[in-house]
Amino acid sequence: MTTRQVLLLLPLLGVAVLFGYFFWGLTAEGRDPNKIPSVLINKPAPDFDLPPLKGAGVPGFSRADLSGTISVVNVFASWCVPCLAEHPFMVKLGQRDDLVLYGINYRDAPLDALKWLSKNGNPYARIGVDSNSRVSINWGVYGVPETFVLDKTARIRYKHTGPLNPGDLEKFIIPVIETLKAEEGS
Amino acid sequence: MIAEIGLFALIIALIIALLQGSLPLWGAACGDRRLMGVAPVGAWLQLGALGLAFAMLTTAYVVSDFTVLNVVENSHSAKPLLYKISGVWGNHEGSMLLWVLVLALFGAAVAWFGSDLPRRLYTRVLSVQGLISLGFLSFIVLTSNPFIRVPRPPLDGTDLNPLLQDPGLAFHPPMLYLGYVGLSVAFSFAIAALIEGRVDSAWARWVRPWTLMAWIFLTGGIALGSWWAYYELGWGGWWFWDPVENVSFMPWLMATALLHSSIVVEKRDSLKVWTILLAILAFSLSLIGTFIVRSGLLSSVHAFAVNPQRGIFILFLLAVTVGGSLALFAWRAPDLKNGGLFAPISREGGLLLNNLILSTATATVFLGTLYPLFLEAFGGGRVSVGPPFYNATFVPLMLPLLAVVCVGAMMPWKRGDILAVLGRLKAAGLVTFVAVLVGLFLSGVREIYAVFGLILVAWLFFGTLAEWAERIKLFAAPPATVWQRMVKLPGSVWGMTLAHLGLAVVVAGMIGSTAWKEEAVASMTPGQSLTLGEKTYLFKEIEQIEGPNYQSAQARFDLIKDGVVIAELTPEKRVYTVQAMPTTEAAIRSRFWGDDYLALGDQDDTGAWVVRVYREPLVQWIWIGCLLLMTGGLCSLMDRRIRLGAPAAKTGRKTPAKTTPQELLP
Repeated sequence: MTTRQVLLLLPLLGVAVLFGYFFWGLTAEGRDPNKIPSVLINKPAPDFDLPPLKGAGVPGFSRADLSGTISVVNVFASWCVPCLAEHPFMVKLGQRDDLVLYGINYRDAPLDALKWLSKNGNPYARIGVDSNSRVSINWGVYGVPETFVLDKTARIRYKHTGPLNPGDLEKFIIPVIETLKAEEGS
Repeated sequence: MIAEIGLFALIIALIIALLQGSLPLWGAACGDRRLMGVAPVGAWLQLGALGLAFAMLTTAYVVSDFTVLNVVENSHSAKPLLYKISGVWGNHEGSMLLWVLVLALFGAAVAWFGSDLPRRLYTRVLSVQGLISLGFLSFIVLTSNPFIRVPRPPLDGTDLNPLLQDPGLAFHPPMLYLGYVGLSVAFSFAIAALIEGRVDSAWARWVRPWTLMAWIFLTGGIALGSWWAYYELGWGGWWFWDPVENVSFMPWLMATALLHSSIVVEKRDSLKVWTILLAILAFSLSLIGTFIVRSGLLSSVHAFAVNPQRGIFILFLLAVTVGGSLALFAWRAPDLKNGGLFAPISREGGLLLNNLILSTATATVFLGTLYPLFLEAFGGGRVSVGPPFYNATFVPLMLPLLAVVCVGAMMPWKRGDILAVLGRLKAAGLVTFVAVLVGLFLSGVREIYAVFGLILVAWLFFGTLAEWAERIKLFAAPPATVWQRMVKLPGSVWGMTLAHLGLAVVVAGMIGSTAWKEEAVASMTPGQSLTLGEKTYLFKEIEQIEGPNYQSAQARFDLIKDGVVIAELTPEKRVYTVQAMPTTEAAIRSRFWGDDYLALGDQDDTGAWVVRVYREPLVQWIWIGCLLLMTGGLCSLMDRRIRLGAPAAKTGRKTPAKTTPQELLP
């Protein structure tokens, strides 16, 4: 082969390498380019104090309430359709006695939120109203629903972006809770 | 019935594409005229079948046929008619259908205008077009059928993304596709030339108008997209180096390079291999763009719904198209005879420099766009590459280009004299100097880099004018002669002059709106005012209004300068009821020297509204410049020597030395 022939082969080789990358990008296990790792993982939860949802019959909550037990914080809104889809899993979580389930009501009209809760059931031990999304922004929330798991010292240990799909509870959330319980025991 | 007719038409088109992509190629190889005759017939039939399929999908949208899944997912009965129609291409399946329709349109255009081309070349070009169509039609039919029915039709649809419900965006995708897909013609010409093993100046003359046409549409599509981003997103910017913006920009850079290099092929019978490669790469980049948007490979604000199966399918298509064409290139290009070496200081040398800079710039954008993927593949985690990268790489690369454009345009073919050319540009240099001094005196020195950029822009502008003035002997001959010469200037010369002036205007707008942008943010209630520079924004009132498929809070602001109300601005914050999605409708007062831009944000707990105001100097120049670029392209397209229906080869035109000065031009 002459130098010229080799030179003219280069574009093909370059493209072959490029497509190798593309193929990897499409097939790599569990790769989702839209998933952004939270910088808050293993960091203490940000400071906040949220007022209760009046009429819901449960108190609001603040940073101080999160210490002492394993807690799960779920960001939800009545206008958010995926929230309704993951609601049964929230009910399951709410029934467990090894954790406390908190709800942050995100940018919602209080009446709509009440109606939604009375229709679908309220799984949350406490609900904080975040009408202007200030607190949620501090938590790094960029869409509803999102779910956080925190340990006894109120450090964020796991964050789930988007709704919990069937199977996600067993696959992601419960293992984290089990790990946290094991840490406690040791 | 409508959906079934549509699907049927798609399948017919697929079969035609199969025939069009195979029989004529074979016929051209063994000289069978009947088989070769399949090519133009196939191109026309394909246009008919795909036109029918597209018309059926559009009908389903217009009558809100919610038995069709695609309509359910992207339309709503309360949507205005324009957006019902634009909804057809506001989703993956429909936009793919538009893509192949545009491809068929170009195929038929080649069949119509190219009937004077040498028979074999004509047949092969059309046949390659058929092959491209075959690939994409099978993709649509197998993975992205837009005509799927829903078993239990809902009462109403889920509406189109509100950000897409905008006149600018209604026309942006079709325009961009005309550009992307238009490059397929240059690609097909390149493949046909490789099969034939022959590239000559006649070939370059035929490819040029098609490249020009694609380039004009691409320019328009990108300009529309950035204009939309500017007024609809409410961020007060016009370009964000988002992956999807980049993938439309790279084919544009390549097409620009191709336009210039094909001149060298035509006039000097040189740079052939390079030009062929550019034609392949330009279209490949637009295919890769289509792939990136639809595969979910990179994260972007524009991306369509992610579907890995589709991604693998398109990747396979790309591997066949791009890989196949580059393999053909590697095999056949070594046999292409080059017209000999040329001197670096010459017109062709200048055009080569243009090509080098443009391709390097494309490479930087490419690297910046895909770097996150490369890094991630090596376990380097997630990163995003933003404006700082491009400001540090792309911008410095392009600056020298601005400096040499007018010098190159004055350079004679074969052997030039740089000092002589600079001497002819003396007047332009002087005018630039004076203009910059006046500009600095008026605005004061604030941003040294921007000033440097504007000096280059002024040089480009006045240098281009000087070249034009010299050509018509302005100030050097009696007015009647000047007029005579001006009227007789060929379209391609007008094209070059306007396009280069347009480039200067675009860049001036970019520099001005980036370097001298001012902004202010405040939380305001009616009665309060906010001052930015010399102007004050007075918040008068806000009211709720009801649109066809949205609710809106519309505010009224007075824009006050020196105590006088100069305009009333009515920004809106809309919430589209079906998708519960808020959008910002910025209020913009556009003037020649800059825009006053007001965007209404959210209401906070105290009832005050977040208001953002911007002063965007010269920003409209970006789009005025784009119009100039497109007009330049059109003028060049009108040139009688290179118009689409150019008569068959006059092979005697291989000696550029004989041509007159006027004909020397692009």
